[in-house]
Amino acid sequence: MATWISYKANKTQQYLISILLIAVVAAICFSLSQYIGYHVVALLLLVTVSFIAMFFDILPVLLAAFLSALIWNVFFIPPRFSLSVGTTEDALFLAMYFVIASVNAALTFKIRQIEKKEVKKEQKENTLKLYNTLLNSLSHELRTPISTIIGATDNLIADATKLSDENKEELLTEISKASFRLNRQVENLLNMSRIESGFLQLKKDWVDVNELLYDVVKRLKEQTQHHPVSILVKENLPLFKLDFGLMEHVLYNLIYNATIYIPKYSVITVKASCINEKLVINVEDTGNGFPEDETEKVFDKFYRLKNSKTGGTGLGLSIVKGFVEAHDGTVRLENIPEGGAKFTIEIPAEISCLSSLKNE
Amino acid sequence: MNSAEILIIDDEVQIRKLLEITLQSNGYKVNEAGTAKDGLITSANHPPDLIILDLGLPDESGHEVLRKLREWYSKPVIILSVQSNEEDIVKALDNGANDYLVKPFRTGELLARIRSALREAAKEENDPVINCNDLQIDLSLRTVKKNNDLIKLTATEYSLLALLAKNKGKVLTHQYLLREVWGPGYVSQSQYLRVFIAQLRKKIETDPNTPEFILTESGVGYRFVARE
Repeated sequence: MATWISYKANKTQQYLISILLIAVVAAICFSLSQYIGYHVVALLLLVTVSFIAMFFDILPVLLAAFLSALIWNVFFIPPRFSLSVGTTEDALFLAMYFVIASVNAALTFKIRQIEKKEVKKEQKENTLKLYNTLLNSLSHELRTPISTIIGATDNLIADATKLSDENKEELLTEISKASFRLNRQVENLLNMSRIESGFLQLKKDWVDVNELLYDVVKRLKEQTQHHPVSILVKENLPLFKLDFGLMEHVLYNLIYNATIYIPKYSVITVKASCINEKLVINVEDTGNGFPEDETEKVFDKFYRLKNSKTGGTGLGLSIVKGFVEAHDGTVRLENIPEGGAKFTIEIPAEISCLSSLKNE
Repeated sequence: MNSAEILIIDDEVQIRKLLEITLQSNGYKVNEAGTAKDGLITSANHPPDLIILDLGLPDESGHEVLRKLREWYSKPVIILSVQSNEEDIVKALDNGANDYLVKPFRTGELLARIRSALREAAKEENDPVINCNDLQIDLSLRTVKKNNDLIKLTATEYSLLALLAKNKGKVLTHQYLLREVWGPGYVSQSQYLRVFIAQLRKKIETDPNTPEFILTESGVGYRFVARE
């Protein structure tokens, strides 16, 4: 509906601009009619119509062609200020003028239509390409752990006596790892579909950000065993009204993401403060940072870093973005000059000051 | 103690099989039901010591089953569900569930929750002193000690801690805590709860940021636990 309205408004504008341009050019020619012959005026008007044809739809252009022919006839062809045409030559000239202007309009319009079709086709191809990459990475991400589970259990079931205890132990560990990986991907896909559905409803409640951060880090205990995480929360940070569950996912994904990409024993620092009544959370690491030209793209759905080796669907950070934006907040990524990456989340939220509540 | 009887109400055969093996190998007697109707009949004919209930049953919602069970059944019910949204969990807890676990779950965690629920159900209610590790709460004297040192708590802090400790191992929802400690008019004033939980932790926890007694159940409530 909205596109239809804007299209219509554009069309009215096109008519107005066409009329205006012809009128202006005609007025200029009229004031100069002592110096230029009326045949030159025809050419100038024709140039104007051609110019209009380059940008506007066929109907406004045809209107411009008709209008300019009329103006030329009335104001320039002798006898002036009348519809009648003095000579046969001028009558022929006028007819030809009108035909050329119209053909001009029609041809330009046709070319533009072909161009439009090409662009559409190209867009379709790009979407298809994106869809295929998406499907490939997704099926890879889901099928790898499933293959592991099926293969490992096959081995364990088929002939347990052939396997050494050590091998059995290894297979079981692989099954366990694969299951967790699968679970993580499914969770990402479910969260993504929550965002995509457009029905994401926030359940906002007062959140103690300190509690939130420690809760997330506790849940990431296993994944962060090689990456020390330090939490720095501004003293007397107020309570913020947020969706605890969604914010948990946001921070979980950011910290989890860091543990995958940064080298062992690189430090992850999570900071929280209140700036201009906004909750500001930074997740920084001392890893290698991101390629400068990709810092904006990482939030795109299914986007993977060009030289990315580790598994992933490219959903983690787009979920971060989706959930933060659901809070009317923003998230951005920048590299730290001394090395490492820094994610900054800013969320405008209702605030409640702790100190005012302490008196019983 | 471990010869307790557990009824599993879940429509998924695989989950029932997994639970059966897990529970039997830990010494529990197991009974199964695949539908709400079956579950209600089995539990009435042969009341178990604990029920594990799935929320997504084919013939009737698990919430409805829980409501019907709670008309006469007072022993522990643990919810096991694929629904991880807080609303569903809060609803189940408000309807009288003792605990909940979201699928996929760790069997170790499930066993710990079962042990805790059974232990609390068997507990004699007469002891006014709750001992958890180095924390001692005396409900008759209204005192709290840590490592035998008296901890000074405000009246509200004490009521909150006592309520949580009396329900050791059980998740208490935000609304429940607000209603019981502050009164029915405060159910939506969750900022009080956040502030007082933070203050309590500062007083009773060794490290308030990584609490060992008062645990956060994200978006749902708080749980008081004691190391086993």
